[in-house]
This record gives sequence, C-alpha cells and structure tokens, in this order.
Amino acid sequence: MFAIARTFALVGVAAEPVHVEVDIGSGLPSFTIVGLPDAAVRESRERVRSALVNSGFKFPQQRITANLAPADLPKAGPGFDLAIATALLVSTDQLPQTVLDRYALAGELALDGQIRPVPGALAMAEATRGWGLAGVAVAPEDATHAALVQGLDVMPIRHLNEMRLLAEGAVEPHPPSSPPTGDEELPDLGDLRGHPVLRRCLEIAAAGAHSLLLIGPPGGGKTLALQRLPSLLPPLSCEEVIEVTRIAGVCGENGGPRLRRPFRSPHHTISGRALVGGGAPPRPGEVTRAHRGVLLLDELGEFRRDALEALRVPLEEGAVTVTRTSGAVSLPCRFMLVAASNPCPCGHGPDSGECDCHPTAVSRYMAKLSGALADRIDITLTVDPPPAEELSDAEAEGSGAVRERVIRARRAQERRLGPGRTNAEMTPAETRRHCEIDRASRQTLEAGHRQLGLSARGWDRCLRLARTIADLAGEERIAEPHVAEAIEKRRRGQS
Amino acid sequence: MNAEGGPPHACDDCLRRAWLIGSLVGYIEKVVSTAPGQRAQELLAFSDEDLVDAIAGRRGKTFLERARKRDPNRLREAIAGARAWACCRHDPCYPKGIRDLGDPPAALFGRGDADLLAALDPGSLVTIVGSRRPSGYGRELASALGRDLGSAGLVVVSGMAMGIDSCAHQGALEASAVTVAVLGTGVDLPYPPRCARLYEEIVERGLVISELPPGTQAYRWTFPARNRIMAALGAMTVVVEARERSGSLITSTMAQELGRDVGAVPGRVGSSPAAGTNGLLRDGGHLIRDAQDVLDSMVGVGANGARPRPVPRGRALDAELSRVLDLVESGLGSADALARSSGLEPGPLAAALVRLELSGYLRSDSAGRYERTALAAPDQ
Repeated sequence: MFAIARTFALVGVAAEPVHVEVDIGSGLPSFTIVGLPDAAVRESRERVRSALVNSGFKFPQQRITANLAPADLPKAGPGFDLAIATALLVSTDQLPQTVLDRYALAGELALDGQIRPVPGALAMAEATRGWGLAGVAVAPEDATHAALVQGLDVMPIRHLNEMRLLAEGAVEPHPPSSPPTGDEELPDLGDLRGHPVLRRCLEIAAAGAHSLLLIGPPGGGKTLALQRLPSLLPPLSCEEVIEVTRIAGVCGENGGPRLRRPFRSPHHTISGRALVGGGAPPRPGEVTRAHRGVLLLDELGEFRRDALEALRVPLEEGAVTVTRTSGAVSLPCRFMLVAASNPCPCGHGPDSGECDCHPTAVSRYMAKLSGALADRIDITLTVDPPPAEELSDAEAEGSGAVRERVIRARRAQERRLGPGRTNAEMTPAETRRHCEIDRASRQTLEAGHRQLGLSARGWDRCLRLARTIADLAGEERIAEPHVAEAIEKRRRGQS
Repeated sequence: MNAEGGPPHACDDCLRRAWLIGSLVGYIEKVVSTAPGQRAQELLAFSDEDLVDAIAGRRGKTFLERARKRDPNRLREAIAGARAWACCRHDPCYPKGIRDLGDPPAALFGRGDADLLAALDPGSLVTIVGSRRPSGYGRELASALGRDLGSAGLVVVSGMAMGIDSCAHQGALEASAVTVAVLGTGVDLPYPPRCARLYEEIVERGLVISELPPGTQAYRWTFPARNRIMAALGAMTVVVEARERSGSLITSTMAQELGRDVGAVPGRVGSSPAAGTNGLLRDGGHLIRDAQDVLDSMVGVGANGARPRPVPRGRALDAELSRVLDLVESGLGSADALARSSGLEPGPLAAALVRLELSGYLRSDSAGRYERTALAAPDQ
C-alpha cells in the first residue's frame, strides 16, 4: 500500500528531483501532504480528490499520507498534482506499478481530471535523463517543450484517465521537436535609411555580442535601430534553444520551443530585483530571461540608479547568484546589453545650443550613463537624425546580408573559444591569447589611451572589439585599422 | 593706513561692514528674489542703516546693534584661519579699478600671494567671461585668449565658473601668468566644487578674491554682485560666447557703464551659444578674434605683446587621410556625413578619423562631431 512517483521542483531554472511517496494506512479517512508544501501544494488534496472521482477512479476512504521528499526543499505550485494522484492510484492498485517505474510525472489537475501545463516541463525533461527513467508524462502543451530533449519518451497526457492507456502502452510519444529553421517576420534593417555609421556599429555589436549604447535626441532612430538588432543575430543552436526554452518555461511561458534569441525590453521603472532576479524562492529576472539574447534598456538615463548598479555583476560574470538561507541558486544570464538614451534630460544635448538643462542636471544625467555602466559598454555612439536626402536613398542593405557576415564572424569566434562563446565574453587570459597585436597597433592603442583617456579596463575591451572587427573582415590577425576603429567605437563613453 | 608695499590691511569699520553683509546674505536673497542683479546692487550701495532697514524692517535695529558690537579681531582670526587676507578701501593695495564702482565693497578678501595684489597694474587687467555651457569652439578660444594674453603680460580676470571662465583661467595658468578669480562665495570655498583643482592652482599661482567674508555660501544674488567687481577690475571685458540674457552680459553692461572697453568673440549667426556675443558686436563692441585684437584696443594698435606663434605643423598624411581632413575642414562634422561624402566605408573612415585625431589634426566633442584643430598639414 505504498508507491513512489517521480516529479521535480524548480530551483532557479533547474529541476531538482522530488519523490512523491504515498502511503495508505488504516485509520480514520484523512489526506495529509507533508514535505514543506506551500498553500498551492496543500490544496492539491482537493483537486486530486475531485479529479480522481470525476475520472472514474475510486478515492480510498482511508488514512492517506503523501510525503514530498527531500523534505527540506520547499515545494511550490500545483505541478505535483499528477504525481500525487498517480502514486495514490498505484498504491490502491487502480494503476500498475510500471507507470511509476517508467515515467516522471508533472501536471496540474483540473477538477474534471484534465491535465494542465506547468512551468519548467523542459527543465524536468532534461533532468529526467539523469534519473534513469524512460520518459516523462506531461500535459500536451508541455510535451512540445519537453520533446526538445533527445532520447526521451515524452508522453502527452490530456486527462487523468489516459493514465490507464499509458500503463497499457497505448499512448504515442510526442515526436521529438527539432528546432525548426523557419524564420518569423522580424523588423528588418532595410527600414533604417541613412545612418551608415550606426549600421556599422549594429553589425559589429551583433558579430561579437558587444554591448552598445546609443545617445541622441528623440526621433533620431535609436529605438528603431535597436529593434532591428534581433534580425542580425545568428540562430540559436540546439542546446541554446533548450536553454532559452527552459528559462521561458520556468517563467511560465508555454508555447513551443523558443527559436529566436530573446529580446527583452523592460520599462525604466523596473526595480533592481526584477532586473537581475531574486526573491524567495529565487525567480529569474529580466537578465536571465534575456539569456542568449538581447536586453534593451531604452531611456537608460531614466532607469533607477540601483537597478543599473545591480547589472554590473551579471554583465561581468554571465550569471546571477542568489543566496538564500536554503542555499545559493545560480541563474544564467549571458546576454547582450543594448541601451538608448537622450544626451540630457531635455533631449537636445548640451552641445546643440538648444539645450535648456542646467549644467548640473546634465552632468547628473551623464553620470548615470557613464557611472555605473561606462566601462561595461563596448560601443558608444551618438545618433543624430539623418538629413532628408538620406531618407529618400535607394533601398538600404537588408538584415539578411548583414546576418550572413555576422554568422561568419561568430563561426570564427566559436572555433577559437568553443560553442556559443563570443568575443565580448573573452576572459583576460583568452584576450591575451587571441588578441595579439603588432607594433603599429600597439602604438595606436597606446596613443589612444594617452590622448583620448581610455581607461585601463578599456584596453582589453578595445582589443576584444578589434578582434570582432577583424573577424568581420575575415582576418585571422588583428591589424592597425581594426584597432583604430575599435578606439573610435569605444571612446565616447569615456568623457 | 598702510604704507605702500606692506601686507594688505583692513580697518575695523570696513571689516564690520563686510561682516554685516556676510551675515545678511540670506536675508538679501529673500528681498531681491525677483531681480537679483539690479536690486542687490542698489542694496549694496546703501549705508548700514538703510541696508538693514530695507531688508529687515523693524528688526533691523537689532541687526545693526549686534553688528556694531562685533569684535573685528574675531573676523581677523577667521580670515587667518582660512589662510586668507583682507584689504579695505583705505588700503593703497585696494585695486584702483574697483574704486570706480558706485558701491565699492568696503573690504576685499583674498587668497594667494598678497604681494601680487599690490603689484596689479590696473591697465593690464583683462576680464574674460562667457557661457557656463560653451561649445568646443568657445572653450578652445577662451583658453587660447587666456594663454596668449597671459604670455603677453596681461592678467586675466574671470569668475572661475564652469565653461569659459575656467578655460580662460586655465589658459593663463598654462602660460605661467597671473590670473585673478573673483568668487561669488567666501574666498575659502571653491565654487563650483567641480573647479576645486583649478581653485587650488589659482591660489598657488594667482589670486582668488571676494567681497564676502570667508565661509559665506553662494546665493543667487552674489554672482551678479561679483560680476560688478570683475567688470570694474578689468580695463577691458571680453565676452566669449554668451546666450541671450546671459549673466556674462550683465558683466559687459556694467563694464560699459563704468566706461571700460567691451569686446566680444563672434560666433555663427543663429547659433544660440553665440546669440549674446553677436548682439554685443552689433551694439558696437570690439570684435575680438585673438589676443592681438585685445592688445590692439587695450595697449594701442601695433603693441606686440602677443608674439605670433609659429603655426604648428603635424606629420605627413597619405591621400586618404588628407581627403578626410579636407572634408572636415569644409565643415562636415558628423561621421555619417563624412561617410557619405568621402565614399569610404564606415569602418575605414572611423579608423582614419582616429588616426587624424591621434596625430592632432582633429578634435571631437562629446556629441561625436569632429572639428579641425589649429595644427596645419605639412607642405607637400
């Protein structure tokens, strides 16, 4: 009269195994759930009772104890319903033991026995491979996610009474979803007329995943340009699709595998915690949701200072570590930061002659742009509205051609650094190894530091940027023009 | 009274008067809130009795009594504590130009070498003022004027504000010349705080003066009030970039009223940082292009104080670089415009611009626009 079902609990963006042990004993009829359940897990009793009865099963009038092990891991949410119900059915001999031996289970029960999707099904599917099980049984919506994991039977279950079919082997596994290559419509770079320098900066930023800051008056095309950035980025690799989809799933976004790099654009009123993640239990923030993609901070100067300060470590480390008494959780966040800002509170810019801002207000505003993030931004560019004659120019180069060049440059980086790595993430050691420069380049770089006031940290950033520019040019060695261009791109944020 | 050449000295009455004003700065601010410049000047010309009456009404009496009881030696201690000195209008060191004011301050407080104060030649003082938010062009001109006038032996007077004032001081210091900063705060407070380093340099090598006792904080009215001292101090006032209704124009108007020469540096028509200076020129101000123009009107045409500097020449340029340089010279400033006209791809163009900047041919402002420097290309 005892059964164990396997399911999972989310810790950060990873699935931790949870065993649901159900024991049926003699005594007054009761139903107890132990093992640090939250309110949603405790209410599971009512859902399980009704779902069982409405699916044509019998609910035992005995003393039922369900334990969610490990007992010290807090459990949250309704995702344990299916595992509890199935373990209960097996322990009362209404279902054969094989169901529990073969599959990990996750799903929320409706009162009529329908199975609803839960956050993190893909995370569970990934983890299940390590648990020695043949597959997972989840709601059909979750199955499309979970089927991204190769070598695993993903069983879509619509209703609790389909568990009988599952036991008989009459359920077809979901066909493995391979990340389709089809392109959705993205805003195209061809819409951006004029702006030759801005286009070049977008291309370099996309090629090396470098952070980019555009400063300029309103209406200059900053936001328009940045929204076209996703169309320049290379497609996600299979592993990356899983990572990105898993994070989307954990955040409760179902709807098939994520093929596109995420593009997150939080409003400037966002708090530091919402940006980098946190809370108890730790929830991923915007930086994690932008993992492998782009985080756009529009109106950078309006963001709260503490929020911007909080971005520093994630930018540097590529991960956020949230420490709670229950332990530390690491959330991945390898994203590309792009930002746009007005040059001063009024938007005209202190050098334009039209600016009405008080000099102190301007310097406070600039301090926000440069203070927290200056050294972490690779490319800073001033964007002015293009002259009218450029707006009527012939068709500008579209995203497709630029993307080809970006992909070629990224391939060179992956050969050098490993899959999925980019120049922007090179460690100091890697920078030394892969960014050797000749004498002429060194002289230019030294002159740049001396005369244009590039910071010490800026030295390595310049080299990484020069590496990307060389990669775009298809050169194995960095040459002086690459370094000179890197200085030009890098210097504006300094003043 | 002090003998010529001795250390500056301030008598008890003058110190009491300065102290009274120092203790009333906050009250004056309230009274003059609508028109700080004009009204404050009227007030400062009042006698002690009229002043306290105007700003404190019936309570004025108590102010006055308290002020009369003050022991000037306590103020002298405070002055010494701030490593400053004081000089009253009865002292021969008191700058002669300031005596032309209708309301010369009773005492001047100063920091820096007091001997310099006695040695100031009224005919060699030139006041340079201008916008706190100048363009790169304005900055360049202000420091060139400060440098060249300094090396011609003139003393640059300015207000140590951000922008043009700081550039002018800086230029004079570069030429190892004496420069005088007139503050709108106590002489021991570097204001604005951002100019603290400049302040230390001026104290080291020039003079910082103020009519307000040490420790006095900044108020809105104290700046127009200090402008009248700058206007009176300089034999000529030069305005480098001023917007319409700029504080620098207050200085130049006061200078005109005192019968001093006023000059202005022309700017682009329609450019708002130069609207004020262009207006001054239309109204008959001297047109100032460089230090020689200032010397011509101060000392007389042909005075060769400003040695013409040899035009510096940079290193040789290849065809591509000189083409880009020519385009910048023709007035194209933004990289986008240059990319269009030069036919270069943005990448190589950026590299060319950096090379030109590093070899000193170009300079770029915070908005990323490029300008030509004075450096000339070598003869082919």
